[in-house]
Amino acid sequence: MSKYLVDKFLFTIDRDPDLVERYREDPSSTVAWWEAEQANLILNCHAGERSTWLSFTDPERDALSSHDYVALFELGAHNFLLLTLFIALFERDYAEPLAFQREFAARLGHWSLPYPDIST
Amino acid sequence: MRVATIAAIIASTHHPFYLRASTAAGEDRPPFADEWVAKIEAFRETLTRARPDVLVMVGSDHFHQLWLDNMPQFLVGKAPFYDANYYNEQREFGLPRMTLRGDEDLSAHLLRGGIDLGFDLAFSNELRVDHSITCPIITLRPQADLPIVPVYTNIFAPPMPQPKRFVELGQAIRDLVESWPSDQRVAIIGTGHLSLELGGPRQFGPHGPDPEFDRKAVSWIASSDLDAALAEVSLDSLWRPGNATHGFMDFMLMMGVAGKNVKADYADSLDLFHTMEAYFTWYPEGRP
Repeated sequence: MSKYLVDKFLFTIDRDPDLVERYREDPSSTVAWWEAEQANLILNCHAGERSTWLSFTDPERDALSSHDYVALFELGAHNFLLLTLFIALFERDYAEPLAFQREFAARLGHWSLPYPDIST
Repeated sequence: MRVATIAAIIASTHHPFYLRASTAAGEDRPPFADEWVAKIEAFRETLTRARPDVLVMVGSDHFHQLWLDNMPQFLVGKAPFYDANYYNEQREFGLPRMTLRGDEDLSAHLLRGGIDLGFDLAFSNELRVDHSITCPIITLRPQADLPIVPVYTNIFAPPMPQPKRFVELGQAIRDLVESWPSDQRVAIIGTGHLSLELGGPRQFGPHGPDPEFDRKAVSWIASSDLDAALAEVSLDSLWRPGNATHGFMDFMLMMGVAGKNVKADYADSLDLFHTMEAYFTWYPEGRP
């Protein structure tokens, strides 16, 4: 279980316009590159001072590699990060305003409270 | 010794779509835009007529600069300038890049005094603020001409402080501003949310996800009924009205600033798609 790392992926992709496009176009190789090169960067430290222990579980890697936001919600990804990034990825493919956001909600419609725990 | 005057206390929702909705024209203009603009302009007047010199701005970073490797619960900015808004806010909401001036003297006073009162406040000397601060600038002071002191709270990343702690911090901010040796008129402005769902099955409905909670919350805030709010609201209970409803704790902080059972001098709300908007102003010195 590495919810923190899933959130770190969503966070670092969402804030970088080039990475948003790269993740949209080629999710599985972006996830593989990110896990190999970026996952252990400590964001406020020099790149030489990396962590040594962070990696995705198989379900996390699969969910990220397939843009499966329902699975990511169920794995406890932070709801705000998840929504914001997926709006950036897919809202443009929908003609009506908020249509993607409403589909996102509908695909989670089988969930009632309590939702998966987002604590890290 | 001269001390600062509290010109106004303002609590508001912050809706990042306001700028886009209010400036859209023709087919792009949503049907609710005119009513929304009228309400915002009336609300803005409650700040304008208080003639503030400096703004204490309570908000919450939405995972922009503050991250889970080093997450403060409460943080006060202390810098001469604050750049504002991020690429992903420009992308999603059309919010422009801004630069706001800071008031380092008031920041230093809040930090020293807050820490001495038992709040182990984090601080930042280089803070890029986000839409939790810029939305109320856009709605209440669009000329963005006054120096600010940003106060960030964690309403986003569990474990969060208890609601009671938000109230206590609000009371402390009130006391500290009232003891600031200055002839400035200070407005204390805080924004949060009523019931709100983001990234969950109840998001972006025709109303907020829990209209019953919103009705109660508006009534608690309008009368600063801290006993009722604290009796019903807990970190666990706030998941029920919507998975982003912990932003209500920023309203509780502002009720702490206003004072227990002090009725707001101005209260308004607007039932929008997705969330209810709510606007409150108190004048501790009497209505200007």
